Parts: sequence; C-alpha cells; structure tokens
Amino acid sequence: MKLTQGCFSFLPDLTDDQITKQVQYCLTKGWAVNIEFTDDPHPRNTYWEMWGLPMFDLQDAAGVMMELAECRRVYGDRYIRISGFDSSHGWESVRISFLVNRPPKEAEFELVRQEVGGRAIRYTTMRKPAPHAAQ
Amino acid sequence: MNAHAGTVRGKERYRSGVMEYKRMGYWEPDYTPKDTDVIALFRVTPQEGVDPIEASAAVAGESSTATWTVVWTDRLTAAEKYRAKCYRVDPVPGSHGSYFAYIAYDLDLFEPGSIANLSASIIGNVFGFKPLKALRLEDMRFPVAYVKTFQGPATGIVVERERLDKFGRPLLGATVKPKLGLSGRNYGRVVYEALKGGLDFTKDDENINSQPFMHWRDRFLYCMEAVNRAQAASGEVKGTYLNITAGTMEDMYERAEFAKELGSCIVMIDLVIGYTAIQSMAKWARRNDMILHLHRAGHSTYTRQKSHGVSFRVIAKWMRLAGVDHIHAGTVVGKLEGDPNTTRGYYDVCREDFNPTKLEHGLFFDQFWASLNKVMPVASGGIHAGQMHQLLDLLGEDVVLQFGGGTIGHPMGIAAGAIANRVALEAMILARNEGRDYIHEGPEILARAAETCTPLKAALEVWKDVTFNYQSTDTPDFVPTALETV
Repeated sequence: MKLTQGCFSFLPDLTDDQITKQVQYCLTKGWAVNIEFTDDPHPRNTYWEMWGLPMFDLQDAAGVMMELAECRRVYGDRYIRISGFDSSHGWESVRISFLVNRPPKEAEFELVRQEVGGRAIRYTTMRKPAPHAAQ
Repeated sequence: MNAHAGTVRGKERYRSGVMEYKRMGYWEPDYTPKDTDVIALFRVTPQEGVDPIEASAAVAGESSTATWTVVWTDRLTAAEKYRAKCYRVDPVPGSHGSYFAYIAYDLDLFEPGSIANLSASIIGNVFGFKPLKALRLEDMRFPVAYVKTFQGPATGIVVERERLDKFGRPLLGATVKPKLGLSGRNYGRVVYEALKGGLDFTKDDENINSQPFMHWRDRFLYCMEAVNRAQAASGEVKGTYLNITAGTMEDMYERAEFAKELGSCIVMIDLVIGYTAIQSMAKWARRNDMILHLHRAGHSTYTRQKSHGVSFRVIAKWMRLAGVDHIHAGTVVGKLEGDPNTTRGYYDVCREDFNPTKLEHGLFFDQFWASLNKVMPVASGGIHAGQMHQLLDLLGEDVVLQFGGGTIGHPMGIAAGAIANRVALEAMILARNEGRDYIHEGPEILARAAETCTPLKAALEVWKDVTFNYQSTDTPDFVPTALETV
C-alpha cells in the first residue's frame, strides 16, 4: 500500500530539489516549518513526533533541508513529513503538509468489523502486523 | 434625487387617512446609518409613473412598521426608531428604470440568532407590492452585534481540515451518478471506487433521500462500509456526505443520529428544508462533531435573474450566520450559472473575516464577520481535470472541487477517474508553490503529469474540448468610479 496522506502523495516521491522549493514557498508565506516522524501513520494519529521545535524566523530553506537530512539519518526507516504552520489570526493551524520520507516497507491497514445491532457495523482501522512479526 | 426629505412630523403625521411613504418617515436622505444598523440594498423597479423615491420608501415601510394607511397606534411606540429608513437611492448603472435603494433597520427590529425572523422581516412582505414591477434584495450588511448572536459554521474550514488531516490543497469530491435509481449495494460500490481511487469525499445528490429503489438506512450502511474500506486501503481520512434531508425534523434527526452512530464525519442537508431546519441541524452538527454540508437546491428559482428575487450573496451571508460548513457557490467554468466576478464575491463572503466593499464583485458594504467560522465553498457541476489550473486560479485552495461526471464517467473506471483528478490537482499545487506561471503553463503541467499517469492522460483526451461558454445572467452592475447620486 502507498500511504496517500499529505499534499503530494499521488505524485512520484519528491526529490530534495522539489522539497526545497516547497519549503521555500512556506518561508515566503511566513509560516513556521516543522519536521515530524512516526512509525504509526494511522489516519487518526494526529501527533507525530516532533524533530525539534517548529522552525520559526527562518529565511533560507537550506536550514530545513539540513535538519531533514539529519532526521532521515536517524529515522530513515519511518515516515517523515514536513508541514508549514501559519500563526496568523483566523488560521493558527497547519497550511500545508507533505511526506518527505517513507519506510522501505510501507504500513498496511486492515478493517476490523464488529457487528452490532441491526445490520450496523463498528469499524476499526487496524495496522496489519509486519510479516516478520507474525513468526 | 437624494436631496429632499419631506417627512411630516407632529400631529399632522398621525391624521387618519393615506399618506405617501416618503412623507411618513421612511425616506430620510440625511440619515447616517448607525454601526449597529442592519442595512439592505434593494434593486427597485417601480411601475411606470411611480416615483422611485416613493417606491423605495414603500419598501422600507413595508419591510418594517408601515401599513397602507396611517395608524394612531404608532404613537404608543418609539415609532421613529422602529421605522426602516431609506437613506439613498441611485439609478442602477446601465439599467434604465431600476434603482438601488439603501435601507437601514434598527437592530431592535430583529430577534437574535434567527434567520427566519430576519428573512420574514426583510423579504416577507414587500416582493409582491403592487407599485413595484420587480424587486431584488442585492446585498446586506450585518452589524457585529448581530453577527455575534449566531453560532456560525458548526466546524469551519480550519477545524474541518484538522479533522480530515488535509492541508494545502483543495479537497476533492464527486457526486454519485446516476443520481437516481442505484440500489444501496451498487451505490456503495461507486463510493468505494471513488474514495479508494483518491477522492476525499463522495456526495449524495440533492434528491437522494429515501426512495423505493434505495431506502436511507441501506444507503448509509453501504456507504460507511465503502468509506471505511477506502480509509484502510489508503491510510487517509475519507468521508461521504450522507443526505439527511427528510419530510420532518424528527426524520432528519433520526437520520443524523444513525450517520453519527455509523461513524460518518459529515452529513448533508438541502437548502429547501428551510432556514429554521438548517439552523437546527447546524446546532446538532456542533453538538456532535459533524461537518454540515449544504446543497443549495432550489436557489436559482430566486437568485438567478437580476431584476427580481434575492441575490445568492445574501443567501451565502445568511447561511454563514445559520451555521453550515459547506455551501455550493459556483464553479465559473462549469455547467451552471456563474459570472467570475460575482462568484468571487460569494467565495469572499464564505471565507474571509472581513469583506471590504467591492462593487465589481457585487459587494456593496464592508462586512465584519467577527471571527465567525469560515464556510468551505463547494464547486460542483460540469468540471473536469483539464480545467485544474483555471479552477485553482479562480477558486483558490480552500474549496471542495466536485468532479461527478469527471470521475465516474472516466473511460477506465471510477477509481481511474479519481486518480486522474488527484494527480492533476497535486501537480498543479506543486507547480504553483514552486512559483511557476501555472495559469498559462497549466495545459503543459497537466500533460507532463500525464506522462506518468495513464488515467490522467485518458481524462485529458476525453474531455479536452468540453467548455460551457454561455452569457451569465447575474453580473454586477457598477461603474468603476463612485456611484453618482442624481
């Protein structure tokens, strides 16, 4: 499965050159850039781990790219995303978010169905265990 | 034209009999509207021989305190406060025989937090008035004190995006087609294919409620199976607008509760259920963490013609106050009515915290929204992947782009149609953010993206010549400089 979270998951994985341009776009907008990583990309997992604090007051995308390289070196086997945060009134939220790293083997989810009253079903989206863990 | 106030005062004013509206205190050209006044702008077309000032004063009178004759019981009230005051009348540029009438209403004339009361006051009585050939409510200004009496959108654009975990691009949707006749099981198949393919949302159409071919519970059950399967297959949050429109409020609440029980993140209503029902569902949606989608079914019966009715910009303002999260607001390039400037005005009403006066967009007043949540506009009807650069340019990124036929009619199937739309969208956002001139290079950007995406290639080929170029009927009437008073 190709996890399709984020702004550009239907395109071929972005090159570092492309990532730099998107980061520069965020900085031009005055957004703080944040790097986050996780090994739990469940669609409802809001809080990925932060790679340091959001980078406020940055001028040049190169700073973010250095941090990304460092994050990849440590957590290259996980999902990593970059997001741009807009602190202006009325937003005060994320304005863009996209994946910049995928693990060698992507996460898989399965649907667990609990049959309840009538024909209704309670659905739980569960991470499939990795094949080697099954042994 | 605006120079003479002929208001009669004192004892003379209350002598029994009939008196012109403009002499009864409904025409006050020297009046300066208070910050707390509600203001309405009408397009008044008087019958032949009727004085436009008198016609405009009559609109003010009949939408506030007046009746056809003088009544002494006015004297038991602070009548001058309660009279709506027409304070300005201008000829409509380029439209002989029509006039823009500005009318101010005191805040005390309105019940807090009730669109039903507001609309009953402003449009309740005057539209059939005999001395008028036609009448249109063009725009309204609401004071902050009044805005603050409304809940506003249950969720709002920001929190909707946070819940969906989708940022930085328009959301993608599709209305299930054919809109009538599919069984629940087949209907859910379309939902599954479209969501798995890459759309964020699918949608019931306005007239899908509970019919012999598909009862509502069946639809909800199959749709939620489809939503959850697509979510597990993609790792992304997905949704489908379950239309809970029904014949009674009790039925609507029952359907809403069932949608919630099944884990849906969004429900849908039609404009035809009425303003009070809409406000009730907005409150229900706020209580139940549900996004509320409004389909503007029926609006063109009264919004489309410039001479008579209510402008859609007024409906959009009312709906933001009433508390819906999504509203269909036009595509410009698609199959339904939509002048680019007028549509831009609607989008600004939905999404901005402050709308400055902008006559070229049909916005006649400064409007402060006082941090009321933003409404996500929805563009739906006759749009396809090949128009992505135009859609992004005209509508921006906080919008749901709904490709119904443009997904389901794809030659390689529904999922392929969804992929085509999503790839086209992401390629365009990427290019825009990189600083490319995406409006002019759009076709080239799409062609490039299609090199690695066969479904997009097929979509561009099939719909390459489809455009809907017709004359708009609802366009702003303005002169670029300030309007001159006659």
